[in-house]
Amino acid sequence: MKIHEYQAKQIFARYGIPVPKGEPAFSVAEAEAAAKRLIEATGIPVVVVKAQIHAGGRGKGGGVKVAKGGVAEARKLAEQILGMQLITVQTGPEGQKVRRLYIEQGLDIDREIYLALTLDRDRRRIAVMASREGGMDIEQVAHDTPEKIHTLHIDPVIGLAPYQARKLAFALGLGAKEQMRQFTKLVDGLYKCFLAEDCSLVEINPLVVTKKGDIVALDGKMTFDDNAEIRHPEWADLRDADEEDPVELEAKKVGISYVSLDGDIGCLVNGAGLAMGTMDIILHYGGKPANFLDVGGGATQEQVKKAFQMILRSDKVKGIFVNIFGGIMRCDVVAAGIVAATKELGLSVPLVVRLEGTNVEAGRKILDESGLKIESASSMGDGAQKIVAAVKQGAAA
Amino acid sequence: MSILVNKDTRVVIQGITGEYGSQHARACLAYGTKVVAGVTPGRGGQRFEDKVPMYDTVEDAVKKEGADVSCIFVPPVGAADAIVEAADAGCRLVICITEGIPVLDMVKVRRYLEGKPTRLIGPNCPGIITPEECKIGIMPGHIHKKGHIGVLSKSGTLTYEAVGQLTALGVGQSSCVGIGGDPVAGMDFIDVLELFNEDPDTHGVIMIGEIGGGAEQKAAAWIKANMKKPVAALIAGRAAPPGKRMGHAGAIISGGKGTAAEKIEALEDAGVKVAPTPADMASTLMSLMK
Repeated sequence: MKIHEYQAKQIFARYGIPVPKGEPAFSVAEAEAAAKRLIEATGIPVVVVKAQIHAGGRGKGGGVKVAKGGVAEARKLAEQILGMQLITVQTGPEGQKVRRLYIEQGLDIDREIYLALTLDRDRRRIAVMASREGGMDIEQVAHDTPEKIHTLHIDPVIGLAPYQARKLAFALGLGAKEQMRQFTKLVDGLYKCFLAEDCSLVEINPLVVTKKGDIVALDGKMTFDDNAEIRHPEWADLRDADEEDPVELEAKKVGISYVSLDGDIGCLVNGAGLAMGTMDIILHYGGKPANFLDVGGGATQEQVKKAFQMILRSDKVKGIFVNIFGGIMRCDVVAAGIVAATKELGLSVPLVVRLEGTNVEAGRKILDESGLKIESASSMGDGAQKIVAAVKQGAAA
Repeated sequence: MSILVNKDTRVVIQGITGEYGSQHARACLAYGTKVVAGVTPGRGGQRFEDKVPMYDTVEDAVKKEGADVSCIFVPPVGAADAIVEAADAGCRLVICITEGIPVLDMVKVRRYLEGKPTRLIGPNCPGIITPEECKIGIMPGHIHKKGHIGVLSKSGTLTYEAVGQLTALGVGQSSCVGIGGDPVAGMDFIDVLELFNEDPDTHGVIMIGEIGGGAEQKAAAWIKANMKKPVAALIAGRAAPPGKRMGHAGAIISGGKGTAAEKIEALEDAGVKVAPTPADMASTLMSLMK
C-alpha cells in the first residue's frame, strides 16, 4: 500500500527526520491559507505547491511548482494544479487526477542526495541505498553508473550499525562533524521507521543539503507491506481510495486478488500461479487477458459469483475463461457456483470452463445439464484455445 | 527413495485445531501420513479427532511422540513465532503453509535459522508430498502417483497442474515441493535442486518459477554448473505488466527486473527446456527424458 508524500513526511517527523514545514490542502482556499501561514512562520515569501498523487515523476509532469511571489502566486499555482489530470512516467497515458496538494516552505538547496531503504530479496535483508546523484531518475543512475550507488545490508540482529551509517556519510561527502551527526541520526531514524511502520520501501529523493548545511528530506515516498496490515489499524486512515483501482479494492474485501489489464478475455482462476499461467496461455494462443483474478484456495459459491460480477463490470470483456484446479475446492461446488452466477447475472458472452480435481465428473455433469451455453474444456490448453476462438468469432460476427 | 519426507516421517501439526489446520490434518491422515501430534497452546492432553494427541508446545510433541517434521497452519501474525518454536524444538524440517506473513517477520526468521540444522519450506506454500508415502500440506493427494520425477515450484496450483499432466501421461513423481512465492522464504530452488540431483530415484525435474526477484536466474546458474539430470521449467507471468503485483507478494516486476523474458533466457542458457505454455510442462520434460 502506498501513501502520499505529505503523509510520509508526517511519519518521518515522528522519527526525528527533518522535513520542511508544510501543510496538506484539499482546496484552493486551503492552499492559500496554508501558504499565508507558512510565509508568516518562515519569513520567506517562497513556497512550493506540490500535487499529491501516488505515482512518481510529478515534477517533470508539471505537478510541482515554486511560488516565489508570495501568497497570490501560490494561489494561482494551486488553481492550476488542483484538479488537473497529471501525467507522469508512472501514471500511464491517462494520468491521475490531482485531488490533494501539499504546500511546503521553499529551501535554499546546495545539493541533492538519494537515500532509500528497501528489502533485498536475494540477500533477505533490508538494504540501504544512497547516492550523491539525488533528484534524478535513480534507475537510470543504477543502469549507467552503478558505482555511484552505495548499498549496504542491515543484519536484523544488530540493526543499522553506527559504522555503517558513518560509512555512508563519508561516501556521500557528509563527513564534516555536524553533517555527520545529522546524517547518522537521520538514517538511524529511517531504519527505525521502516521496521516499526512495516514498510517495504522508504525513499527520499532528494534528500537535500541546504545552503546553511542542514540535511532535510525534501521528498518522501513510503510503501507498506500489505501483509502487515493486520497490525496497523491506522493505515485505514492513510489509504486514499481515489488512488486505487476501485474494482481491485472491492475484490480485496472479499478475499479475491484482482488486477485489471487491457485485453478482452476475462479470467477466473484459483491460485496466483495458475492465474498468471492462464493469462500467459491466452496470450500464447493469440488472445488478450482482461484481468488477473485469483479466487483463492477455498472459494465459496458467493466468491465465484462476486468474481463473475467483477469481470463483467468491464465492458471490454468479450468472453470468460474459468480455469480451476480444485485442490481443496470441490469441482461440483464450483460448477454449481458458476451455474448460479451465470443464471443470476444473465451472462451474454461466451464462457469456457475447465475444471480439474476432486469430483470433476460431477462438476462437468452439472455444467452440461445446466442448459446454459457453457463450453467445457478438457485441459488448460484446450480451454484457452476455445475461448480465444469464441471471442474471435464474436468479433467477426 | 525421495527427498525430505517418506513413509517414516513423523509429523506434528501446529495449529491443528483451527478450521484450516484441522481440515488438512484430516486429509493428511487419510493419505496415510504419520501425523503423530498436534500443537495448540492450551489444548495439551486432549486428542484431535479422538486419535492424534495434542500438546501445548512443539517441544513436548517432539519429546513424547518423536515428531521430526512440523507443518504450520498458524495465522499470519503468529506464524513466524511458530517457525522459531519448531526450530528450537529440534524439528529437522518445518513446512509453513500460512499465507500473508509480514515480510519483516520473515527477514528475522531467516536470520534466526542461519547456522541451525532446521530446514524451512514456505511460507505461503502447498507443502511437500512423496506420493503414496507422505503428504504434508494442502495439495490434493489423489492426483499424484509414485515415480521418478521431482517437481518444485513457487506456485501451488501450477504444481498441481504439472503433477496432473505427469500422472495423465502415466509418469509418477519422486517428491513434489512447493517453496512458496513470498519475497523472503525458506528453501529456494537451489536447495531443492541439490537434493533432487543427489536422489537416485529422481530422474528428471520440473521447476516452476514466476516473475519477480532473481531466484530463477540464480537457479539457472547453479543448474548450468551442477545439474546431472534433465530439467524442464515454466516461468509464469509473461503476460503480466510491470509494477503490478500478481497475487503472490513476490510476483511483481519492479524497475525492469525479474521479467519472464530475463528468466527464460537464463534458464535456456543453462540447458533447461522451458515449456511454451503451462499446459506443456510434462510433455516438455518428457521430450528430454527419451
